[in-house]
Amino acid sequence: MDGALELRGITVTYGGLTALSEVSLDVEPGTVHGVIGPNGAGKTTLFNVACGFTAPDSGTLTWEGARLTRLRPHDLAGLGIARTLQGVGLFDRMSVLENVVVGADTRARSGFWSSLLGLPRSSHEERQLREEAMTVLERLGVASYAARTPTSLPYPVRKKVALARALAARPRLLLLDEPASGLAADEMDELGELVRELTGEMAVLLVEHHMDLVMRVCDQITVLDFGRRIAQGPPAVVRDDPAVLAAYLGDAVEGV
Amino acid sequence: MQQLLNTALGGLTLGMVYAAFALALVLIWRSTRIVNFAQAPMAMLTTFVALTVIDAGYSYWIGFVVALLAGLALGAVIERFVVRHVEGGPEINAVILTLGLFIVLHALASVVFGNRYRSFPAPFGIRGIEVGETTIGLTGFGIFTVVAVLVVMGLLVALFRFTDVGLRMRASAFNPEVARLLGVKVGRMLTLGWALAALVGSLAALLIAGGSLVHPGYMDSIVVYGFVAAVLGGLDSPLGAVVGGLLLGLSLSFVSGYLGSELVALAALGILMAVLLLRPGGLFAQAQERRV
Repeated sequence: MDGALELRGITVTYGGLTALSEVSLDVEPGTVHGVIGPNGAGKTTLFNVACGFTAPDSGTLTWEGARLTRLRPHDLAGLGIARTLQGVGLFDRMSVLENVVVGADTRARSGFWSSLLGLPRSSHEERQLREEAMTVLERLGVASYAARTPTSLPYPVRKKVALARALAARPRLLLLDEPASGLAADEMDELGELVRELTGEMAVLLVEHHMDLVMRVCDQITVLDFGRRIAQGPPAVVRDDPAVLAAYLGDAVEGV
Repeated sequence: MQQLLNTALGGLTLGMVYAAFALALVLIWRSTRIVNFAQAPMAMLTTFVALTVIDAGYSYWIGFVVALLAGLALGAVIERFVVRHVEGGPEINAVILTLGLFIVLHALASVVFGNRYRSFPAPFGIRGIEVGETTIGLTGFGIFTVVAVLVVMGLLVALFRFTDVGLRMRASAFNPEVARLLGVKVGRMLTLGWALAALVGSLAALLIAGGSLVHPGYMDSIVVYGFVAAVLGGLDSPLGAVVGGLLLGLSLSFVSGYLGSELVALAALGILMAVLLLRPGGLFAQAQERRV
């Protein structure tokens, strides 16, 4: 299979403004693909195209060999794609564990009526779902908060819970939208390690403006500037690309 | 002393029915932000279904179960084919739609079942139970009312707390966009929510009808009391609906018993106004706002 997710010649315009122009990228299975660029470069637009929030004016989106013509947000889970939201988007009045169980739930096979009537197979499955949810929470080191409600937790913990919810669905592609925003340096390191661990398990598309995080965890990087792709390749290549240095990395690269 | 006890017992029984009806309104409000004024005629229709089954020679219990199932089906059909079109739109559209449904279902009942009073049977005695030499204001049917409402509420709590479907329904109600992203079939959950609400409404209607007279308008005042009870509890809180229903039942029973039954409707409106003025979020209002 070539490329878990392929974007080809994606163009998005808003009125007279071109947000993305002929952008192509592949997210290979089991690898992390980062998208970076200055503010307004089109990162968020690209993310929204990948998750079906924005329909491109031209260009194609292919997932596991099948072309997605009208991808809509509620199709994602069924396609094996999970995403996190910038605003975290947890269910405030449900416990942390319940939040994650809802994420894992899309894989539950037993039917509507059997789970409604609480038939044995279903309650067995529910127990299993809860165990799996706990496992994911443990993996992210937030299992001790399982019974709390998200509103009572600090922001970094909530972000981890949101990530746990996305992982609980065992996606084949994980879309991460600015996962490091609002995190302290050590929390960002932890996040980086976790994303690295996910390689091999699933493909990851990471849209992020924290340069060092992207350099550290990505296998491939696409650099956007004014809606155009100005560079693409492994971190070592992108880092030294003159176009990238000129457009964006000039001062940021010093600290790497 | 005895009057006090009897008034309290009567209020408790009636309060249970208001609680059930308020719960039906709250279930729909929570998931779709719609106050379903059509709840009354929907529930009324199902009691007429029960009456038709009973008149055809079947037992009360078969009629009872058929009516609850009819409520379940009617709620699902109305959400899926009628209300679905205004969900997510301006709130006033939904209000007008449920008021329209109110009139249509009323007219339908008058045409199909006739616009006259008919008596509805009760499966248990409707005379007060005798304790020693005195008769207390609690009937066999009253006990059945309390038990039936408690059982249904218990089942609903279990459904929402401990099952998969319940979890998905809550997720859909709290944040439909995110739930959709996670692969929850939100539309189906809304249909199920309306179906369950209509079932609870049917139960309330059957309990009100038991041992008394029914006609196409007999539930109309109950939707007002149910609404007052739901507002009293905060509209968003199922527990609030139950407590609100009980409080309202008790208050109205005392008004009726000590001040005169003609003041009951006035008292209900007084309570509604007092709540809206003093605690507009209801007695169980949550501190934080729901993000819309």
